[in-house]
Amino acid sequence: MQTYQDVVCTVCGCLCDDIEVDVDGNKVMKARNACAMGTSKFLSYTHDRIETPMVRKNGSTQPANLDEAVTKVAEMLVNAKYPAIYGLALSSCEAVKVAIELTEEVGGVMDNQSVVCHGPGVLGLHEIGVSTCSLGEIKHRADLIICWGCNPDEAHPRHFERYSYTAKGRWRNGKADRKLVVVDVRQTSTARKADKFVQIDQGKDYELVNALRTALRNEQIQQEKVAGVPVEDIEELAELLRNAEFGVILFGLGVTQTVGKGRNIDGLFSLTRDLNKYTKFQIMPARGHFNVNGVNEVSAWQTGFPYGIDFSHGYPWYNPGETTVTDIVRRGENDAMLVIASDPIAHFPKDLANRIRKSPLAAIDPVHSVTTLVADVVIPSAFAGIECEGIAYRMDGVALPLKKVVEPSQGVLSDEDILKKILGKVRELKGRSG
Amino acid sequence: MTPQNIIIKNGTVFDPVNRIDGEVMDIAVSNGKIVERVNESSAIVIDASGKVVLAGGVDIHSHIAGPKVNMGRILRPEDHYRNLKPKTAVKRSGVGTSCPSTFTTGYDYSEMGYTTVFEPANPPLKMLHVIDELNDTPMLDKACYPLFGNNWHVMEYLKDNRHDELAAYVAWMLKSVKGYAVKLVNPGGVENWKWGGETTPLDEPVKHFDVTPRQIIQGMCNAVKRLNLPHQMHIHANMLGTPGNYETALETLDSVRQIAGANDGKPVIHLTHVQFNIYGGTNWMNLSSGAEHLAKYINNHNHASIDIGQIVFSDTTTMTADGPFEFKLQGMTGARWINGDIEAETGCGIVPIHYKKSNYVHAIMWITGLEASLMIDDPWKVCMTTDHPNGGYFTTYPRVMAWLMSKKARQKLTNKVNKRARSKTALESLDREYTFSEVLISTRAGTARLLGLKNKGHLGVGADADIAIHDLDFRKIDPSTTPRKFRKAMQKAVYTIKDGEIVVKDGEVVKSVPGRIYWADAKVSDDLARTVETDLRQKFQDYYTVQMSNYIIAEKHIVNSTPVRVNAEV
Ligand SMILES: [Zn+2]
Repeated sequence: MQTYQDVVCTVCGCLCDDIEVDVDGNKVMKARNACAMGTSKFLSYTHDRIETPMVRKNGSTQPANLDEAVTKVAEMLVNAKYPAIYGLALSSCEAVKVAIELTEEVGGVMDNQSVVCHGPGVLGLHEIGVSTCSLGEIKHRADLIICWGCNPDEAHPRHFERYSYTAKGRWRNGKADRKLVVVDVRQTSTARKADKFVQIDQGKDYELVNALRTALRNEQIQQEKVAGVPVEDIEELAELLRNAEFGVILFGLGVTQTVGKGRNIDGLFSLTRDLNKYTKFQIMPARGHFNVNGVNEVSAWQTGFPYGIDFSHGYPWYNPGETTVTDIVRRGENDAMLVIASDPIAHFPKDLANRIRKSPLAAIDPVHSVTTLVADVVIPSAFAGIECEGIAYRMDGVALPLKKVVEPSQGVLSDEDILKKILGKVRELKGRSG
Repeated sequence: MTPQNIIIKNGTVFDPVNRIDGEVMDIAVSNGKIVERVNESSAIVIDASGKVVLAGGVDIHSHIAGPKVNMGRILRPEDHYRNLKPKTAVKRSGVGTSCPSTFTTGYDYSEMGYTTVFEPANPPLKMLHVIDELNDTPMLDKACYPLFGNNWHVMEYLKDNRHDELAAYVAWMLKSVKGYAVKLVNPGGVENWKWGGETTPLDEPVKHFDVTPRQIIQGMCNAVKRLNLPHQMHIHANMLGTPGNYETALETLDSVRQIAGANDGKPVIHLTHVQFNIYGGTNWMNLSSGAEHLAKYINNHNHASIDIGQIVFSDTTTMTADGPFEFKLQGMTGARWINGDIEAETGCGIVPIHYKKSNYVHAIMWITGLEASLMIDDPWKVCMTTDHPNGGYFTTYPRVMAWLMSKKARQKLTNKVNKRARSKTALESLDREYTFSEVLISTRAGTARLLGLKNKGHLGVGADADIAIHDLDFRKIDPSTTPRKFRKAMQKAVYTIKDGEIVVKDGEVVKSVPGRIYWADAKVSDDLARTVETDLRQKFQDYYTVQMSNYIIAEKHIVNSTPVRVNAEV
């Protein structure tokens, strides 16, 4: 039996890096320190795996060898006029780099899950900027934590213990020294732990943010209630924010993917900026997929843009609303798609999913999904952080090295290696035709 | 593949280190190095007649990679739209002007004849990110300066007077996160800012830590000296961007004068982007240049070097670990603002800015940088930088070189700047024009020397074959009277040779090479190393949110990892 120390958990954007993993033979026996989600991933990563590459022949998918599948994907990309490469939030940054090079080579669109999660936060950032910090800053200094449209208790189970509410920092001894406020449409399990729960009407985040900014400026709010919250409560909350020594807003999909989207986030970023006139205030998205931040980072340094990157002109171009994968699918322009460890057929709106299915579709994934079920080519891959190494970025931008604790099944490669094979084949095909 | 032998024939060679000042001669290259001679029949022959042959440019301070540069990129898509670079047979695509993407950064530098660029401000906690970006920045040799000025361990060792341990800690850090030199940014002030506080003068204790910025500066300077690191302490001083701050700059320099010892000639402090730190006046309305005070000090002392941080009138992005400075800047301009504090170590701020000729303050800044460049006599003490992108993009270097070499070029712009600022300047009375050799000293020979890069910045036998050839014929182009032509010649190299390979031809990258990453491996006594490691192990869990083993960067993550080994005196 072998024990791996300081293993990084590859579930959510917390990237807890203190996991101890016991391995016997080539099997994970135990994962200490991990949350329920982490434990389940480490112990059941062998479940529901795709056994072999599959290629559609005469209408139905059939087992194929890797080279055959790789060639099919390469042909699909080379023959397409406007292919999309999508996913990667569960891949290593090394895989992201190859995916960018591949998209550049075929002149398509490269996009990641940000488009359906924290993309609007990026739009807010273009407009306002953001005042943020590493997670340790929250741990050491925060005396006020606001969870706005996020539910760390369920989605980021160790966030409080390691980084925020209950963490022991240099100047804050756990929750005794902090206040937790939750703003949400329903009483989540996080809200039940909060010192204050502000229940807000669905889709009214933007209104509440602006009311708070108004109250902060000591201006009169003309209504009795805003977003379902009595004005007295809003004024009280504004006071609480202003009087914090170090406050932080953690926000989630409850505010990025509801009515207002990017406007909500630029409101929250503006509120945070306003608050810095009075005290110290920070804001941070609670990122979901473990490396969605890494895809944004690598995309930004290689192409200038964090998601929705269009290479059809030969150079990177970015204009959300025009160049994201949902935009081009909605317009019916996309004529092939390669999906890496994501399930757009299940998660995208139905009409978009149907459009994706109309043109050639390939999927690289360790496990079965609706997308792999309907794809024309499927290539099984190894789990980054369990079966192969790589780098991932925590929600606050700290890069961490992922470990390999077990060998993948024979013949199963990492996303990075599969994409490299596809890129090689694409260049070979293009060389032949050009 | 062994790079082919090259012979550069009949070029006009400028090599200040070897006292060659415009001599027509041949330069031979073999195995990535400059050699006495090569067999001409088997070598690539470059005819350089009517052209200048120089060592490749060495940039001592340019923000090209890492978390804050990347935040700048994400902040400013509109910055990218001004420069879109398609993929070519050898080049990856890219974008950007003030925060270019990594591939584009490497190509643009290389096409300008630069071969070495050091990234000057990195949070140790995020060094894996910095290195991962540098891996993707081709064409150049690179290195990083991790930030120490607001580091908790540093302040605690200083408070406890444990100077040996401090030095050993610095060695441990550089080795662990693969840093090359020690950087201080607003020492103490950034820790205060993390409570919303202000930048502090040198003798005000840091909140909760009971040490002063002066103690941090002196303690770290001493540690760097005792470690024998290749580059001296590199500092962004307190009170940056504040009227009257030249006094703090001089105090900072003078606080470490004793550490240099008598006449050993080696500087112990590098004060960076001085332009932002040498203002006179008491407020923004009466802001003035304090360059003469700095120049007088530097001219009279040998323990300090500087780089300029020249501003260029343009739309650019300011970015620094000096969080409180950027907070003030956004308050004044109302521009977009990013702040990014890093636990136990440092901070970061980003604000876009448009430097305008008509703006009084911006005109004073422009004047201040040039005055400092022209008033300091010894070019070996002055590095030409724009603090890319804080003062301007690195691609504007040829313009700055032209200002240094041509009074005419300066005057032309002086005529257009804010009149009130112009009336307050000594710039128009300065007749000095840099010689070409002096420009080369401040862009390669001197920078390489200050960085301890013995094989760079010159063309002597044994030097790295990092060479720039520019289409500059001094019989036809006089930089003083035809600065535009000079600028154009310096903008694009006819050839850039990196480690003995032709990588640029006619101003275009023809071959992509990865370059290497240097870091300092300072050997301290085993006992001391063990003590420090024990200290760190005790505190690491409390201070950080990552495990110590994950903080340490494995060499396998670095493309062409190149440790520079030194023996410390502790
Ligand atoms: Zn700088």
